[in-house]
Amino acid sequence: MELLNFHGYGPSILKGAVLTIEVAVLSLLLALFLGLGAAMAKLSKNRFLNFIATVYTTVIRGVPDLVLMLLIFFGAQIMVNNFSDWLYYSFDIEFFINIDAFVAGICTIGFIFGAYMAETFRGAYLAVDAGQIEAGKAYGMNARQIFIRILFPQMMRHALPGLGNNWMVLLKTTALVSVIGLADMVRLAKEASGAVHEPFKFFIPVAAVYLLITFISEVILKRLETRYSVGVSKP
Amino acid sequence: MSPDQPQLIADDIHKTFGDLEVLKGVSVNARKGDVISMIGSSGSGKSTFLRCINLLEIPTSGEIQVHGEQIQFKTNRLGERVPANNKQVEKMRSRLSMVFQSFNLWSHMTVLENIVEAPVQVLGRSRREAKEYAEDLLNKVGLYERRDYYPTHMSGGQQQRAAIARALAMDPDVMLFDEPTSALDPELVGEVLKVMRGLAEEGRTMIVVTHEMAFARDVSSEVVFLHQGKIEERGAPSKVFDNPDSERMKQFLAPKY
Repeated sequence: MELLNFHGYGPSILKGAVLTIEVAVLSLLLALFLGLGAAMAKLSKNRFLNFIATVYTTVIRGVPDLVLMLLIFFGAQIMVNNFSDWLYYSFDIEFFINIDAFVAGICTIGFIFGAYMAETFRGAYLAVDAGQIEAGKAYGMNARQIFIRILFPQMMRHALPGLGNNWMVLLKTTALVSVIGLADMVRLAKEASGAVHEPFKFFIPVAAVYLLITFISEVILKRLETRYSVGVSKP
Repeated sequence: MSPDQPQLIADDIHKTFGDLEVLKGVSVNARKGDVISMIGSSGSGKSTFLRCINLLEIPTSGEIQVHGEQIQFKTNRLGERVPANNKQVEKMRSRLSMVFQSFNLWSHMTVLENIVEAPVQVLGRSRREAKEYAEDLLNKVGLYERRDYYPTHMSGGQQQRAAIARALAMDPDVMLFDEPTSALDPELVGEVLKVMRGLAEEGRTMIVVTHEMAFARDVSSEVVFLHQGKIEERGAPSKVFDNPDSERMKQFLAPKY
């Protein structure tokens, strides 16, 4: 029992693992949403949308994750503070928001990976045969029906390998949230190992948890790939 | 509506891609039961014309009327001509069903799902009703046994027959065929033409872009010969094939080797 107790740090590291998974999954959802939107914006004929999406993917992919994380968490807080001061001095309104590290972490990671997802989705869209979409149009389907019934199911087959890749990088990027004060499992393991001077005892289990999540992800991805590959013979 | 009321009128259709004028004023008028064959060499504009009818390409100028209803256009901010009302276009397309050269069956759906899809999504039919009708149509094109196959697991001829069943499932006013046999191996052309002949005999209204001269001669009520985006010759098959006025049509028919 002592072995699993980790000098009393076990439960707290387990909590950290749950936090890691929460941050990862919520960031993934945000990233998928932003990615799909940005991909559609890049593919649209609207020049304004093109421009916004291009700025987004270029800037985000060009700046290190860590810098963005610090910028959004501390930078945004300073902006909010300035705004509060201005409201207070100009209009005598008391208004204050404390940017929550959890929300900031998810927003940053979701924002970063949305830019990578955008390119994955864009590539997947381009891989769908134009005739498939034309057939939908020719039978009177509207844009929404074409997207839901034809484009999305066919895109997913091309997108999944890239999405899976992004997800695994995203999962490991969650370790960065420790810099803005979130107690994820890496941070807790570091504190524990610092206290008792036994790094292996804490970091090996942490590595094992990451590996376990990766393994489960691969199983799920494999299933999804099979599901979205119906009707396509494997070479 | 009188039986002679045209199902489809395409009037003075022009289409320009950049500097290239592909269609220079082509008109077609299809009454119920007409089978109009569009022939001509590659690049004559016949496929583009067909795609202008259901607005897969937007004609640069010219009018389209389906069942007496005229399609409305407007000019967008970039000065391009675009349909004024997407709903109208979708409704019009649902009454014209197209059969493509490369079949374009939806590859992630079985044959049966392909045929059920548009009647359920677009016409709002119940899934059960659409499925029963689809099975009848599959019987008709001789593919009932393959209803649960995915398109990739069938031959080109089978895929094209399935695509014809998909088109029929919409109960269209006019069927548009865009070179339906051009992507097929020679030995598979016959089975598709046989199905199409059957449709013509049933009195379906069809516009067929084709290289199959025997089919055009036997089945059509009107043959339209296009050359460089203009109609060079049109009329009954007997006239166009046996006694053409145009020099180009004579050349087109002359043995090539």
